[in-house]
Amino acid sequence: MDHQDRPISIAMVALGGQGGGVLTGWLVETAEKNGYIAQSTYVAGVAQRTGSTVYCVEMFPRKEADKTGKVPVFTPYPIPGDVDLVIAGEMAETSRAIEKGFVTPNVSTLIASSHRVYSMPEKEALGDGIMDMSKVSEVASRAARKYVCFDMQEAADETGSIISSVIFGAIAASGALPFGRTDFEQTIRNGGKAVDSNLRGFSAGYERALSAPIAEDTGAPVEAVTEGPNGQALADRIKSELPVELHKTVLHGALRTLDYQHADYAHQYIDRIVQLTSTDHIKYGFVLSEEVARQLALQMCYEDIIRVADLKTRANRFNSIRAQVNSEGEQPVGVVEYFHPRLEEVCDILPASVGAKILSSDLLKRLISPFFSKGRNITTTKVFGFLILYLLAKWRRFRPMSYRFREQNKFIETWLDRVTNAAVKDYDYGVAVARCIEIVKGYGETYERGLSRYLAMIDVETGAKNSDEVRQLYRAALADEKGEAFEAAFASLGIDA
Amino acid sequence: MAERSFRKEVEKLRMGAGEEFAGEGILAITKALLESGVAYVGGYQGSPISHLMDVLSDAQDILDDLGVHFEASANEAAAAAMAAASVNYPLRGAVTFKSTVGTNVASDALANLSSGGVTGGVVFIVGEDYGEGSSIMQERTHAFAMKSQIWLLDPRPNVPSIVKAVEHAFELSEASNTPVFLQMRIRSCHVHGSFVARDNLRPSPSLRDAMENPVRDVNRIVLPPVSFQHEHEKVNERWPAAVEFIKTNRLNEVFEGTRDKVGIVVQGGLYNTLLRTLERLGLADIYGGTKIPIYVLNVAYPLVDDEVVTFCSEKDAVLLVEEGQPNYIEQNINSILRKSDCRTVFVGKDVFPLAGEYTAQVLRTGVVSFLREHDTNFVAPENPMHQVAEFVSEIDGLVPPRPPGLCTGCPERPVFASLKMLQKEMGDFHVSADIGCHLFSILPPFNIGNTTMGYGLGAAGASAFNTESNRPAISIMGDGGFWHNGLTSGIGNAVFNKSDALTIVVDNNYAAATGGQDVLSSKGATKNRSTQHPIEKAAQGIGVNWTKTVRTYDIGEMRKALREAVTKKGTGPKLLVAQSECMLNKQRREKPQFAKKVISGKRVVQERFGVDEDTCTGDHACIRLSGCPSLTVKPNPDPLKRQPVSYVDNSCVGCGNCGEVAHEAVLCPSFYKTRLIFNPNVLDRVVWLIRQKIIGWLQNSAEKKRLRAA
Repeated sequence: MDHQDRPISIAMVALGGQGGGVLTGWLVETAEKNGYIAQSTYVAGVAQRTGSTVYCVEMFPRKEADKTGKVPVFTPYPIPGDVDLVIAGEMAETSRAIEKGFVTPNVSTLIASSHRVYSMPEKEALGDGIMDMSKVSEVASRAARKYVCFDMQEAADETGSIISSVIFGAIAASGALPFGRTDFEQTIRNGGKAVDSNLRGFSAGYERALSAPIAEDTGAPVEAVTEGPNGQALADRIKSELPVELHKTVLHGALRTLDYQHADYAHQYIDRIVQLTSTDHIKYGFVLSEEVARQLALQMCYEDIIRVADLKTRANRFNSIRAQVNSEGEQPVGVVEYFHPRLEEVCDILPASVGAKILSSDLLKRLISPFFSKGRNITTTKVFGFLILYLLAKWRRFRPMSYRFREQNKFIETWLDRVTNAAVKDYDYGVAVARCIEIVKGYGETYERGLSRYLAMIDVETGAKNSDEVRQLYRAALADEKGEAFEAAFASLGIDA
Repeated sequence: MAERSFRKEVEKLRMGAGEEFAGEGILAITKALLESGVAYVGGYQGSPISHLMDVLSDAQDILDDLGVHFEASANEAAAAAMAAASVNYPLRGAVTFKSTVGTNVASDALANLSSGGVTGGVVFIVGEDYGEGSSIMQERTHAFAMKSQIWLLDPRPNVPSIVKAVEHAFELSEASNTPVFLQMRIRSCHVHGSFVARDNLRPSPSLRDAMENPVRDVNRIVLPPVSFQHEHEKVNERWPAAVEFIKTNRLNEVFEGTRDKVGIVVQGGLYNTLLRTLERLGLADIYGGTKIPIYVLNVAYPLVDDEVVTFCSEKDAVLLVEEGQPNYIEQNINSILRKSDCRTVFVGKDVFPLAGEYTAQVLRTGVVSFLREHDTNFVAPENPMHQVAEFVSEIDGLVPPRPPGLCTGCPERPVFASLKMLQKEMGDFHVSADIGCHLFSILPPFNIGNTTMGYGLGAAGASAFNTESNRPAISIMGDGGFWHNGLTSGIGNAVFNKSDALTIVVDNNYAAATGGQDVLSSKGATKNRSTQHPIEKAAQGIGVNWTKTVRTYDIGEMRKALREAVTKKGTGPKLLVAQSECMLNKQRREKPQFAKKVISGKRVVQERFGVDEDTCTGDHACIRLSGCPSLTVKPNPDPLKRQPVSYVDNSCVGCGNCGEVAHEAVLCPSFYKTRLIFNPNVLDRVVWLIRQKIIGWLQNSAEKKRLRAA
């Protein structure tokens, strides 16, 4: 590259708090220590608080400038079409860098971290709000002269470093700047802060940039694995009684119900699927049965106190928590659980008649409620706290007699009827009805909100009449918490919510 | 303690003549002030000049050595009023604040100062918070310059030019007895570069000399009849003196070019962007050599009529690059050309957007369109945006908005979570918001706040709603805003007017939004300032009877206090101080200490939150009551579930908000807190081992049983 008449121009699109200032400082220092005149500009202040921000760095060989006796004029803004090195500290920011015109073929080396820092609309959605960024990487690879992309946050976490040092390493490896590896490393050393971890991060970034595959590993789908004879029996039954298209999902569901209650329960699950497949057909690819298999398993394994206690006391959970906090060896890790079961959740696990009685009596509700008005912190790493949950998990054997179990069963039967009836009218309508129960989930308010919207949607008289209407209402049900979109969607369909 | 420390950098301020000073624009300005012999410096922090205040604060020792008084003023009005010291005495002084908001606050003092005029040079370094990264309404300081007659310097955005401008500003101010604005754009404040230093200058006379030899000149005081005389002085004496100085000292610059039938007039601050735009068009070189003549207005106000006419005559067409609106310079030049009967075609915002920042891309479009029309030799190279248009269209819709928000662990989060829950319980309230980090509450996920009227004006912004209602208006104010003026304009006003309204003061120990500067109620003791004056006490002193301080993370208490405050009647104004330290500052202080303890073998506990992915419902109600960067989502690992699960990443600081919210909002039981013990003592180890044994045994037996049934 001939840099005699133009500077090297760098743009970095990053998130406030990501350490863009540190990286900018390093770039300037590396340039200045190696015979370049450099300028950097950035935006500080409140704009920095976790928002998106652009840093701009330019550098020019000092000896070229000295020859003319003049000083180069640097730009405070990256100039589209003229950016040699574009750095994007995250995938959506990569997208932003492209949108701003910083990335141009023949000119720009683009260094992007493939990880995501989700934006607020993506995070706060009632369901799945995550944007699919898979396309961005593909576009980026065509838009840039050279494209280096890997998960730099992961590399930073693995090396106990910060993303800036990983990016710095990737920059060194990309060859976009006329400095050697040792020049970059020297800058980190001169900084004198967290030198070892920064050098580890740098090294990881350097090496991964040289070997980085452009395609992201999306991870293989999880296979269901049987652990014992009961599970094996379920697997065998699924193989012999159900079409191959359904094997995987139904086995997942069967093992889930087995784990949740017992073998009979799992067989009941398979029975229900088998019965449904009689109305399904290969020509539709068994989409309906697949959807039912998925939703049925989740509904049959509804989350009650027993289930939560069971999952929370398992050894593998304790191990994964220890791994997550990076505890070393015998380093003690305390775990405090935040529980707030309300009267409703307690009644769910009481014997059916007792639960029903309490819930139908205002007086009883008023008398008992105060005992459940406060959240409880239970330390499951202490013997007493553990025992509480351990014993609650043991309550499992009584679950089939519980209030919620009975109600849930009725609820599921009604849904299955609805699905079958809808599918007879129109296959896709059936699929949509099968799917829409997905919004009935969780506990407390989430459960109640989902349930009421679900019931409104599938009401025979006033609910959705075809697959389009179901899907429209489904989307609206997940649009906001207050239910404004849901009511509007109902109104637009000419029915009252 | 400010967010960023300049302790190391300020040592450069001691440099003497001939040494090369390298650093940020802000630091360079400080050095230039010392080289100019300032006697006093004041100001109020705010982006983009916050760091200037931080630098000065960190340079206290150096300032003391030189006999320079530095003051972090109560607000911009107080800062501007400080310049009164230069009215009667030949003392040089500098004052800095964010503009235009700070200038708004300062304008009473500014107008009085510029009416009577100054003896010693006075320079206001205003951080023009305009364009990308700005946090305020988009206006121009230019208007203030014109209305009060304060000269406006807008130097080329490189460190040597900025330093030169400081020097010129004082001289100009003294030559014309008029205060001067030195306008610094956002990116200029943080531009890194170098210049050759001069020696620092001790102020002479000193402040003490002046104090002890008072001078009184009634002609400098704004009171009739001399106030009428001031107006005449302004136009008949000071203005011509300024023009003369600007001309003689060539503060504006002309860069000649070969294609001299056209020309460009540009505000100094936009010179670099323009030059590089021309360079990309093949009309300039990297060293500033240009084919198109350029007239750089390093002084944006006043214009020098002769210079304008000289530059424009003999040309077919001239383009003006003027950012912001109204187009004051364009109007002014049009008037100058008309009066001088110059026939040159003058093009301004005709080829540029009327409003908005002039980025490199905007400049390119405007310049190309001007040259196409007026320079027959001009052939535009391909627009790089055309090369990328295809890619841009392909990623359409994949650029999520990413406005700034509250930091990880921010103590203001639980305040708004509590308010959101209160609204759910009692219906929505009218919320009068203020300026500060807490204004992020207006964005998702909280969506709280109806208006913001200015710094410290949260309570005043609700004063009209002083009427009987079961749903009183709620106002919010930060501790920064409270001391800036909120105590009188908001709280005092509410007491005096017998309001029953609630004001929440978010007290996080600092002016956090501007970079964590100390305020009167800061908890930490500081050497040079007096802190630790409680907000509650101040409010009580002014007549508030219902006051309460609640730790922000205690959401239960917070909700209770809020509920009481909005339902209780007849007590007069209510003040709820939501108290917890700014997490950004706390972490900056505690993180290194924590790491040190871990290494040195001291027992320390690290708390963090987590979400059980097995029990997470994927509803994200927790996120809608938090918005914490560390509480995020990830694809559901459960093959049967489609909706992403909530997930706490490694940046969690264990502030406790998640657990409190889970309890109070009755969310799912997925949250847990971990307490990781570093360097456990013997007792820790023994207890841990016993617990592990018992729990492990129970777990094993349960697992065996599970496997038998599996």
